[in-house]
Amino acid sequence: MIKVNTRDHAWHEGLTVRGLLDEEQFIFRHIIVRVNGEYVAEDDYAKAVIADGDDVMVLHLIAGG
Amino acid sequence: METTLKEYTYTPAKLHRGYANKSLYINVGDLSVIEKEVTEFMKEKFVGGKGFDLWYLWNAVTPETKWDSPENEIVMSAGPLGALTQYSGTGKTLVAAISPMTGIPIDSNAGGYFGPLLKLSGWDALELQGKAEKDVVIFIDGNKGVIRFEEGEEYPEDTHLLAEALTEHFAEDEADKVNVAVVCTGSAAKHGYMGMLNFSFYDPRRKTCRYKQAARGGLGTILRDKKIKALVVRFKGVTGNSNDVADLATINKIGIKYHKEMHDLDEKQNRMRTIGTANTVMVMNRYDLLPTRNFQTGGDPETYRIAPEVFVNHFLTQGIHDGCWYGCTMSCAKCADNFLLTSGPYAGSRVTVDGPEYECVAGLGSNLGIFDPQAILEENFYCDTYGIDLISFATGMAFVMECVQRGQITRENLGGLDLRFGNKDAVLELMHMMSRGEGFGKIAGLGIRRLKKIFVEEFGADEKLLNDIGMENKGLEYSEYCHKESLAQQGGFAMTNKGPQHDEAWLIFMDMVNNQIPTFEDKAYALHYYPMFRTWFGLCGLCKLPWNDIVPADNYKTDTPAKVPEHVQNYVDIFNAVTGKSIDKEELVRQSERVYNFQRVFNLRMGHGKRNEDYPPYRSCGPVSAEEYLSRLSLYDGQLREKQGLDPEKMSLDEKIAKTRAYRLDQYEQLMDAVYRRRGWTMDGVPLPEHLREIGMDLPEVLEVVEKHL
Repeated sequence: MIKVNTRDHAWHEGLTVRGLLDEEQFIFRHIIVRVNGEYVAEDDYAKAVIADGDDVMVLHLIAGG
Repeated sequence: METTLKEYTYTPAKLHRGYANKSLYINVGDLSVIEKEVTEFMKEKFVGGKGFDLWYLWNAVTPETKWDSPENEIVMSAGPLGALTQYSGTGKTLVAAISPMTGIPIDSNAGGYFGPLLKLSGWDALELQGKAEKDVVIFIDGNKGVIRFEEGEEYPEDTHLLAEALTEHFAEDEADKVNVAVVCTGSAAKHGYMGMLNFSFYDPRRKTCRYKQAARGGLGTILRDKKIKALVVRFKGVTGNSNDVADLATINKIGIKYHKEMHDLDEKQNRMRTIGTANTVMVMNRYDLLPTRNFQTGGDPETYRIAPEVFVNHFLTQGIHDGCWYGCTMSCAKCADNFLLTSGPYAGSRVTVDGPEYECVAGLGSNLGIFDPQAILEENFYCDTYGIDLISFATGMAFVMECVQRGQITRENLGGLDLRFGNKDAVLELMHMMSRGEGFGKIAGLGIRRLKKIFVEEFGADEKLLNDIGMENKGLEYSEYCHKESLAQQGGFAMTNKGPQHDEAWLIFMDMVNNQIPTFEDKAYALHYYPMFRTWFGLCGLCKLPWNDIVPADNYKTDTPAKVPEHVQNYVDIFNAVTGKSIDKEELVRQSERVYNFQRVFNLRMGHGKRNEDYPPYRSCGPVSAEEYLSRLSLYDGQLREKQGLDPEKMSLDEKIAKTRAYRLDQYEQLMDAVYRRRGWTMDGVPLPEHLREIGMDLPEVLEVVEKHL
């Protein structure tokens, strides 16, 4: 189990940031990802592996019209 | 065509550090004109823009004033940063009046050239009071120092004809048209309460007028009630330092850096330059936030038909600068050129349609069950030219359609109009009926609050159900976000000063998706900071979009990326560089807090503004119907388990809906308590005298109002 924005999310072996965003259907383009507080650049999403127990923050930077 | 009724000459004030230091009062009843001094007191307490509007309005009206009382004023002001050309979004006009929808002050804002050109003509604000006997056009020539009143009866009513005619009439030649800006409304504004104001700017590439709208709260209705056909300003000579700023070099430096951000990052971030605010339609659909069929659900499988790419690929002209004021590189005012109208009095004409903005696609599209881009653009055009606030219209007609869906009213009650979800022809026909003042078109524009009363009293509809599904608060219709899973945004809409418009606070992702503000205190902090911060745009004449619809590449490194700290600092630095003052980011919020609390007290003075008016309809908070509950069954059942310790397997659907409702309404009460505490108000929503003293809004007349309610 991992935390995504402080909520529980099922973990599986080989889960990457890209995989997590796809599972959650986080399609918004303008987001910031931090894993255990460390920033993950967009170019690294596919290779950034998430470990069991990690705390992932996916901040959507959208604040309406 | 014109007959001059009166002419007044004046010496245009030269701007200094962002202010003309003069304001213009016009009474259209007797065509009197008064030049007023803008005092240091006004600048200190109210800054400008919306602040000046509210201060003048306060002094013009009494607690007994109604929207159609002669003393009600329409007040307009650009703000001290208005008419800059170095930074994006510096061309807003802020407008205020006592609203026909709500009975309290409404404030609304628009791009276009009017506000900046008014200021450059020597006026920090414009008050319009009284009522004319016949239609009048007010023309201000800021170069010649002339204010002229002309008869307006002979001009067409609808904006796309009226503004073109007036631009042609008042411009000295073709090249001069960019120096002319018109404020007007349309033929539907006199039938109902949701008439809006169009603000023109001339597009020399398309050779036509373009329009932005101060749409909320019935400002256009008031304009027509005063028989003001239009306001026109002409000013030639916009320069890079028209404001005579204190520190031009700083403004230039900040502007250059900002424009580079826009150039480098917009395509990766929100694509404002390509599609404008409608870029979020599919995002809202995915995150269950796109209001669909009167906010019943947050999306629909058909939404792809009205996706941003559909408009970009098939309708919107690309590659032409679309800024609504000089220097705005965000350039988000998109439009569809050569659009062929298929209905109404202008069927067969090809026109330029400004938009669609997000609210248009969501409101006139999904919320009415219409997933047809052609129809949305045609609705958009007719709302604009007829002078209809499309948000109030869309949310209002979504309510009517659900009343039909649930058998609360019949087609016969609507004079034969088949207002079922998805019927675009009926929606367009209703707009034409509103323009003509016929049938249901005579009352459709009164707004949900009054329609509820009519449906209950005359058609026997269920009052409780209508109160649940009618998406209005304080008499104003909600803007287009299905926010029932965000407690913070429920407050962000219903705990506003003027009614549920999202320009005060938009916290849905921060709350619902990012989960950044989980506690009541966190939400209360957000419902203090963001409304105060965003109010400041309205004090200064700024557009909100450049704040956070583009952010610096390294914004992620900051502790508070949602605040976009670098851009906040830009605003502090630009304010100081224009005015020569020395504020910091805390004083920026404090400037807003003074005006925000003043507006709250203004509501009290008008007999409103307490806790009992800050409650949302239940549709805003949770599932009203069985279908809504079932559409999010696992979410709602999960919440019964996790938050209330109940076993949904042992409950009927009605019991689950009832328990969910009781829980959510209790959450909202707790949120109100926390927000009122954070804002320095009593638990009845009244600003405390000590708080007013602390923020510097302890004017005797303000304290006098407050003390009656403690």
